[in-house]
Amino acid sequence: MPPVPEPRASFWRRFVESRNGLGLLFMLPAAAFLLCFLTYPLGLGVWLGFTDARIGRAGQWIGLENYAWLMDDPVFWLSVFNTLFYTIVASVLKFGLGLWLALLLNRHLPCKNFFRAIILLPWVVPTVLSALAFWWIFDSQFSIISWVLMKWGIISQPINFLGDPWNARLSVMAANVWRGIPFVAISLLAGLQTIPQSLNEAAAIDGATPWQRFRRVTLPLLTPIIAVVMTFSVLFTFTDFQLIYVLTRGGPVNATHLMATLSFQRAIPGGQLGEGAAIAVAMIPFLLAAILFSFFGLQRRKWQQGAD
Amino acid sequence: MSIDRRKLLQGGAALAAGAVLTSPFIRPAMAQTGGMTFTPEEGASLRLLRWVPFVKGEEEAWNANTAAFTKATGVEVRIDQESWEDVRPKAAVAANVGSGPDMVMSWFDDPFQYPDKLVDVTDLCTMLGEKNGGWYDGLRAYGEQDGKFISTPLCAIGNAVCYRESHMKAAGFDEFPKDTEGFLALCTALKEKGTPAGFPFGKAVGDGNNFAHWLLWSHGGQTVNEAGEVAINSPETAAAIEYAKKLYAVFVPGTESWLDINNNRAFLSGDISLTANGVSLYYAARKEEATKAIAEDLRTGNLPIGPVGKSVELHQTSTISIFQHCKFPNAAKAYLEFMYQPEQMNAWLTGASAYCCQALKGFANNPVWTSNPIHAPYAKASESLRANGYAGKLGPASAGVMADYVLVDMFAEAVTGQRTTEEAIANAERRIARYYR
Repeated sequence: MPPVPEPRASFWRRFVESRNGLGLLFMLPAAAFLLCFLTYPLGLGVWLGFTDARIGRAGQWIGLENYAWLMDDPVFWLSVFNTLFYTIVASVLKFGLGLWLALLLNRHLPCKNFFRAIILLPWVVPTVLSALAFWWIFDSQFSIISWVLMKWGIISQPINFLGDPWNARLSVMAANVWRGIPFVAISLLAGLQTIPQSLNEAAAIDGATPWQRFRRVTLPLLTPIIAVVMTFSVLFTFTDFQLIYVLTRGGPVNATHLMATLSFQRAIPGGQLGEGAAIAVAMIPFLLAAILFSFFGLQRRKWQQGAD
Repeated sequence: MSIDRRKLLQGGAALAAGAVLTSPFIRPAMAQTGGMTFTPEEGASLRLLRWVPFVKGEEEAWNANTAAFTKATGVEVRIDQESWEDVRPKAAVAANVGSGPDMVMSWFDDPFQYPDKLVDVTDLCTMLGEKNGGWYDGLRAYGEQDGKFISTPLCAIGNAVCYRESHMKAAGFDEFPKDTEGFLALCTALKEKGTPAGFPFGKAVGDGNNFAHWLLWSHGGQTVNEAGEVAINSPETAAAIEYAKKLYAVFVPGTESWLDINNNRAFLSGDISLTANGVSLYYAARKEEATKAIAEDLRTGNLPIGPVGKSVELHQTSTISIFQHCKFPNAAKAYLEFMYQPEQMNAWLTGASAYCCQALKGFANNPVWTSNPIHAPYAKASESLRANGYAGKLGPASAGVMADYVLVDMFAEAVTGQRTTEEAIANAERRIARYYR
């Protein structure tokens, strides 16, 4: 009797049992998630930027018209300047102050845990709430800062925090820095604690000064975490919306309009979805540049090891 | 004529009693006997999307009227509320997708963003107009497109000057000035007395736009002409800006950062003695023990008349539109007809305590306007109202120009010295042209 050929396993069975097939299967949910909630909205945003879509009306393809208009729209360029200025200055301040705070907290302080906990508070408070508090602090009539300074006789009339363009820029940055420091500080503190104490001790025995130990031991070992933290910090700052919206809505005369707030103003209340999308898309190159810089710049092995 | 809530409730109760005595099948016919033109479809139900009420009495009156409608006709009406800035996107999406609320109570030019998605209500509005002394021109413009009503004008949210009488007298003025020159003189004198005025030059959606449009229109400026061509670049606009500069110089410092709430706050704290606002400012002052004295001293007046020679203002305006996807358009029309009947409309206007100004001239003698002298200037809102985007047509372009704060920015740029008058106008011209392309 001829041997009965073993029935060939079904395609599905072979697929599931193969290493690659199973792997693909396991990745599907994540891929679907990314496609639905990241790729699709991003693609739609880019597409909308090329149309004259309005809220409630599908748009016509108009090519680069939106971008051409933005190119010679002074309000847009002002918002680009504001966004870059805001991001760079606030990020540098957050990094400097955050690192300083992290180094302080890394020492043996009394009530160390208590301080570490309360330091997080600004970050835990919902942004809108802290923004409202700052709104009062910066109010043109009721500012506590102005009030105190006037009581002390240092100034004679309230400081125009949110009315003067530069005052307004600095004020919103101060609020952003206040809010952003805890994130940087706590993350860097976590990084600092992963640095073996023995390295510092060894350096100290070799006669390194505290500055040298910081510069040659702590900082290089901290770089990977700095790269990650600062990437996030820059991204958060660049896309900031709530703070500006509550404090100034982009005023006075657009002096604090960021690209995100301008995009919202034109797209949702203004109904010009296409133009709003174009502004949002115009943020992408900047964000990409920030990410690339941190990944290829800050995370270079050699630099971390101290060799130039 | 005076209709109070009690009478309204009695009326509702009587209707309910009538409904109980008759078989449910003749209930729609009952409504007809009440003099209604529109008969709701069998088994109809409605959903209305409205802005979150600002005045409790207004909400109560509206809901009581709606309940009376349900009792009279058996048509259930569900009322959804959205914060006033969210109504626009929600309604636009509903119009486009063809589902969601059947009716929307929205702001300004919204119906003109999707006119072909709305039920033609010319029959209803013509009838309402004929019965109630006609529509005010400004409000009519917000409902009518090319001779057809696409939306039913509901009300204007009146805006008027609120000032401290004692401060005005101290500054040497016995009565509130009627023209822009006198107004500037008053503001200057108030500044000298240390009790300045203040109007927002910041991104205040309501107050900022009201002020900017009044500045422009009272001097005869316009964003576009009748043909929809940009017409902002004119000597009138320049005059308006020069006038704004003089006002700004005597305002309390910091007005360029003001959002909607700042002028209320500054007024209630006594930092300014003159601003423009809805009647809510007066009620806010009266509510708190600490500001009672300010409420006593508070008087209201209409924004002064400029070189243009008549009172012209923007005011917030609300209309009610019926979407074409509404399955029961007759029920929706019947609902509106019912709400606009004198009993209901008067109860609602009274409930809103001068916050909402009637769209139909027949309601101008509502007792709310004479019950308190503070209310009187707000009664003129519908009369002085001029539609947004004057002298062009309403539509996405006029809506966009306002939402993008083009006029507010133009004045703010010039008064703060960031740009010269000419540059500020040129910039506004560019931006307006973009929307009207």
